[in-house]
Amino acid sequence: MSATREIISTGNDLAAIAAVDAGCMFFGGYPITPSSEVMHTISDLLPKVGGTAIQMEDEIAGVAAAIGAGMAGVRTLTATSGPGISLKAENLGLAQMAEVPMVVVNVMRGGPSTGLPTRVAQGDVAQAKNPSHGDYKSITLCAGTLAECYTETVRAFNLADRFMQPVFVLLDETLGHMHGKAMLPTVEEVKAGIVPRKKFEGDPADYRPYGVAQDEPAVLNPMFEGYRYHFTGLHHDAMGFPTEEIETCRKLIDRLFRKVDEHRDEIESNEEYMLDDAEILLIGYGSASLAIKEAVNVLREEGIKAGLFRPITIWPSPEERMYELGQKFDKVLVVELNQGQYLEEVQRCMGRRDINKLTKTNGRPFSPADIIEKVKEL
Amino acid sequence: MAFNYDSYLRMEKMPTLWCWGCGDGVILKAFIRAIDKLGWQKDDICVVSGIGCSGRFSSYVDFNTVHTTHGRTVAFATGIKLANPDKHVICVAGDGDGLAIGGNHTIHGCRRNIDITLIIIQNFIYGLTNSQTSPTTPRGFWTVSQKVGNIDPTFDGCKLAEAAGASFVARENVTAPKKLEKILMQAMEHKGFSYVEAVSNCHINLGRKNKMQNAMANLDWIDSITMSKKKWDALPEEEKQNYLPTGILKQDTEAEEYCEMYKEVQKAHQGLRGPITQDDFEKKL
Repeated sequence: MSATREIISTGNDLAAIAAVDAGCMFFGGYPITPSSEVMHTISDLLPKVGGTAIQMEDEIAGVAAAIGAGMAGVRTLTATSGPGISLKAENLGLAQMAEVPMVVVNVMRGGPSTGLPTRVAQGDVAQAKNPSHGDYKSITLCAGTLAECYTETVRAFNLADRFMQPVFVLLDETLGHMHGKAMLPTVEEVKAGIVPRKKFEGDPADYRPYGVAQDEPAVLNPMFEGYRYHFTGLHHDAMGFPTEEIETCRKLIDRLFRKVDEHRDEIESNEEYMLDDAEILLIGYGSASLAIKEAVNVLREEGIKAGLFRPITIWPSPEERMYELGQKFDKVLVVELNQGQYLEEVQRCMGRRDINKLTKTNGRPFSPADIIEKVKEL
Repeated sequence: MAFNYDSYLRMEKMPTLWCWGCGDGVILKAFIRAIDKLGWQKDDICVVSGIGCSGRFSSYVDFNTVHTTHGRTVAFATGIKLANPDKHVICVAGDGDGLAIGGNHTIHGCRRNIDITLIIIQNFIYGLTNSQTSPTTPRGFWTVSQKVGNIDPTFDGCKLAEAAGASFVARENVTAPKKLEKILMQAMEHKGFSYVEAVSNCHINLGRKNKMQNAMANLDWIDSITMSKKKWDALPEEEKQNYLPTGILKQDTEAEEYCEMYKEVQKAHQGLRGPITQDDFEKKL
């Protein structure tokens, strides 16, 4: 998407605006710091365009109402923070199993438990990979700039409809509450880029919502249009009805993985900053990458050739690219606002254990000085 | 001519997973007959269920159907209804599903008075998972989790629904299927949140361990603890707690329905009316 429109806003507001621009017509949520402003803003925007925003009685109901609207056929959103994801987890599993598209914005704060409600963390990265029990393949996008709070939310809606599953957008307290200028694509460009979910147009007698190719998502028509089928969190057959038939069960979970794994090229998104001639590789994502970029600039002024690799789609992770980078760079430093949740993924992808880490879990953001000091120690 | 249930059922799913003699089948039939009388189109109906024996209800009827997580039926249904205010959304839940794990959603569905019908299949026990205590299990009954007798106070779902703001509240027994059919019809026709408690038997997982060895014994017991609201009203106060009243217990056709109210929110945001104030409501608190 091009960046032609200047807007002064916050990360949380930009996520809400993006949702409506992307055609979202339903929001279900519950107040939680530091994500509440997403609900505040979308509660104004949705009724204006004929949509609905509802504050439900708890986090569980917030996501359930949103999934219900998604089952009915509209683009749908919920927003919360880590404790809310913990509560929503079971229903997110239902959305994975029944293949209901939706976007989940998680504005991360310090954890575990109630943690540091008004302070920043990137502690929900591992949770985003597997919030619910069972096997499925998460798609998680992590905004690193104010503009990406908008563009990644838009992309999340299109990916949700393409792959028919919840898509996470991770913001954090810093980005969510950051107020500043963002260069955005025009609304017209966003609308032109909307790819709605696939629909079966044939005879209802021939409709098999879950009877699809082994690397493709379900084709779920909107309710009330003559294609009557069944949603369930149980293992199910081609029409969505519960079954324990051995081969059907095997194929279902296999397909939930393959529909994502075999189309990683449609999902992967990374930024490489000053990487071409770099001698030290920094890896970071989200708001932490803002400090990392500043550190890279300062280090280069001092003659230290550092560069940044920033995954924007963090799940599924950019396995191939990280492997290549692991072969190329001797010194690698992962910088994240947790105790090393993505570090483990970097180690796995690179097939190396000698990866350095700079972590922080006191609710404060990194300053470039923290990173510069660590790089000089390597 | 005998009533034809087949066109409303997913015949390939028959027989049901319910036990022989289970009241759920009676409720299913009464529900289908009520829908037929209302003349609603199958495409315009969505049935949402949760977890438990009642959870399978949705898979047997040939409508748009959703089998959700334990207790969350009303919350899912709220999203479906708000996205489609002109369609018919019916929830089916058990007493454990709707009053224990899902109690909060039941309360707030009632409070919003959103136009959803919630049918609680009330059989006094967790049947599917083999006889654990539910919020409606009578004290002193044997359950697998309280083998020396249940001490937990019981819970009247109809009273809860009334207090929480449901505008239609009713109870009927599976021993009176024609009355149940009529009440379900009235509930679904009602504009606003309608709560119907269908009192049913579970002779397998409630009855056998509580001196009701078969379906008939369990049904006789249900008849013995229920009576019409008119008779119940005439009971001395101290006896009322030992019986459950049946029939329509509350019907308020004036209460504002949530989807209708939300249209006012949309209008206000679209500049078609001023903000919503206390003057818009008779009830101020």
